[in-house]
Amino acid sequence: MIVQFICRAILLSIPLLYGSTGEIITEKSGHLNLGIPGIMYVGAISGVTGAFLYEQACGNDIAKMNMILAILIPFLFAVTGSVLVGLLYSFLTVTLRANQNVTGLAITTLGVGLGNFLGGSLIKLIDTDMSSISLGKTSKFFKMQLPFADDLGWFGDIFLSHDFLTYLAIIIAVAASIILSRTRVGLNLRSVGENPATADAAGINVIKYRYLATCIGAGVAGLGGLQYIMAYADGSWSNDAFGDRGWMAIALVIFALWKPSMAIIGSFLFGALCNANNYITGLGTETQELFKMLPYVVTIIVLIITSMRKKREHQPPENLGLNYFREER
Amino acid sequence: MASQPAIELKNITKRFGKVVANKNVNLTVNRGEILSILGENGSGKTTLMNMISGIYFPDEGSIYVNGEEVVIASPKDAFTYNIGMIHQHFKLVDVFSAAENIVLGIKDGKYNLKKSTERIKQISEQYGFEIDPEKKIYTMSVSEKQTVEIIKVLYRGADILILDEPTAVLTPQETSKLFNILRRMRDDGKSIIIITHKLHEVLSLSDKVAVLRKGEYVGTVNTAETNEAELTEMMVGKKVDLNIFRSEPCSDEVRLSVKGITCVDRQGTVVLDDISFDVKAGEILGIAGIAGSGQRELLEAVAGLQKLNSGEITYNNPNTGNADNLRDKTPMQIRNLGVRLSFVPEDRLGMGLVGNMDIVDNMMLRSYSKGKTVFLERTGPRYLALKIINDLEVVTPGASTPVRRLSGGNVQKVLVGREIASSPTVLMVAYPVRGLDINSSYLIYNLLNEQKEKGVAVIFVGEDLDVLIELCDRIMVIGSGKITGTVDARTTTKEEIGLLMTKSDYKGEMNNG
Repeated sequence: MIVQFICRAILLSIPLLYGSTGEIITEKSGHLNLGIPGIMYVGAISGVTGAFLYEQACGNDIAKMNMILAILIPFLFAVTGSVLVGLLYSFLTVTLRANQNVTGLAITTLGVGLGNFLGGSLIKLIDTDMSSISLGKTSKFFKMQLPFADDLGWFGDIFLSHDFLTYLAIIIAVAASIILSRTRVGLNLRSVGENPATADAAGINVIKYRYLATCIGAGVAGLGGLQYIMAYADGSWSNDAFGDRGWMAIALVIFALWKPSMAIIGSFLFGALCNANNYITGLGTETQELFKMLPYVVTIIVLIITSMRKKREHQPPENLGLNYFREER
Repeated sequence: MASQPAIELKNITKRFGKVVANKNVNLTVNRGEILSILGENGSGKTTLMNMISGIYFPDEGSIYVNGEEVVIASPKDAFTYNIGMIHQHFKLVDVFSAAENIVLGIKDGKYNLKKSTERIKQISEQYGFEIDPEKKIYTMSVSEKQTVEIIKVLYRGADILILDEPTAVLTPQETSKLFNILRRMRDDGKSIIIITHKLHEVLSLSDKVAVLRKGEYVGTVNTAETNEAELTEMMVGKKVDLNIFRSEPCSDEVRLSVKGITCVDRQGTVVLDDISFDVKAGEILGIAGIAGSGQRELLEAVAGLQKLNSGEITYNNPNTGNADNLRDKTPMQIRNLGVRLSFVPEDRLGMGLVGNMDIVDNMMLRSYSKGKTVFLERTGPRYLALKIINDLEVVTPGASTPVRRLSGGNVQKVLVGREIASSPTVLMVAYPVRGLDINSSYLIYNLLNEQKEKGVAVIFVGEDLDVLIELCDRIMVIGSGKITGTVDARTTTKEEIGLLMTKSDYKGEMNNG
């Protein structure tokens, strides 16, 4: 049962990991993108749309579907959709210098609304009585595991039995971690978030870095939405099912002290807390609800603890949330 | 090599909206030469330098580097022409190490901090810097940060260095060390442009002096052929009396008595260690010390803004004759007793003024509770604002301009003017002339002297030791939160104070190690 619990925790944690890695990359450039929940939502619905169109084109026949295309089309849709929203956010905040918090919240509202609108439209298209779309065939392709995973007992279950997006999430987080701390690009990006005037004076293109970091971050976060639909929800979309995972991803950024490698641990912890109630026997319905609260309680505790931390290296980027204008005086 | 021009500016003009920051400026700096730029606040020195280093772009005129006309549209272009600027407010990333800051933004070659560290050490040896490349910026002293800034531009191979008020935050010892390094660079064939307000520094360091007045270029003179009076006249446009009139203290009444105050900050460092002193009515007590030795905490403690761990502060109220313990009182009550704090922090706006509000509204921050109706009383503050603008010669388009848009020195005049206008009994001023030009500095000194003659106890935290010696009655030196000595300003020397400042620093290091 413990193996099952861990697997489930990992499954739940991956959307959070995508979201928080994306947000860390963004925040390192000094942009507090509160639009991440909306962007993940858009990532999910874009992926669903891509998968839906491909399934329709193949006449809903799994034999006609090409594995590569079945994965690639939703993947590209999800990335493109979320990057476009990221681009909108960047345009508003970097170029037009709109307030980041307001813009972010607006983007979240927009993303959720857009997701529900498109989701509802797709449901109408297939003319069902159900309130959801099922893309089980595409989901099967996404959830293919390594053939030998089953032969290795608990080790195989825990480490090898997941969908490829899970591994990609960890690879992206580790890569982001290395890029941020070990490369010149990472150094430049961090300096842009810490002190854009300094970065500018050092000849770093602040605008380019902010655009790129925000858009790449959005793309990564969008994959979290896709993973949720294809792996966690077995390919079924229903409006508002994604819930507030996006906000938890933002809280995780603080928990992880702006380090993608810490986000891996943090998201696993959050994932475990999210479904602890299913694995503790003898809980009444009311106590179950209390357990479901745990991730949110932990988020609040984490916020309190991190705000008490004093070490400078653990602080958010100094210019987080502030727009940069060179000739401001 | 001696007389080859490294950089030339011709007819440079720059406007910010309606304000003309620079008008038809012409400058030439040769190789192996140090040029000082003198000018009052708001005369456009920094704007001019920002145009050379690519932060701003000139509206008119042309720039020549090594005889060729160039376009400097960004800091990157400035690097290409080997121009490096050391800003007044350091452009460093606090959480990065010195080495990381130095290599920031350099594109050539592989990213290899170890190799870079080697080169940094090599540059340091060549010019005589002392630096640990792995040290984080936020743990550094001001002088160390400045060193990082200078190495940063040298690392990029700069031949033309621009320093914006480099000595404003340094001790005399650090200043002379810096000047030695600059001279060594000059002998190495580099061109150096230095912005400073301190005339004796101009005279001792530079080869030529260029003077700006209200954005206009007045002229360039050879340092060897000029003197303080002539430079001041060029700068201000009229003769200025460079003497501070110091009267004798007028009474022996102790106004404020501080006994054994100790203060520990959130990190657990002792910032004030058993400080005791008295301030008499009608005297100016100077406080000298390296920046960050506890001056700020001390003033805040008296103003009730700093939590004390022990000790007491007694205020002898001239109106009631009572001795009040200030530790029992809220900052508001202390203010109402007439204890006023005017602290000018490095960023000038940090405490005391709200950047986005205009001068009148900033006056109202002190008087909003005085009105008798439910509506705000605006005429008084407005009158006060106009009076300060007039008396202290604040350069501003009007009383309703946001304070943020004024140049640094003018912001300071507004702040100091407001605190003095509230007719205090104890006036604490910290760095009131930080970055101010000569004319306005003397205005402020005279204001302080007036207050002293009125019987106000004045505490003056200053940076310039020459001024402290001329202005104050007694000077208390603090280092690492301790009093290291109190001297009579009429008989002391700069060297004695400098020694007291550094002696404590040395001790502090011994204690930490």
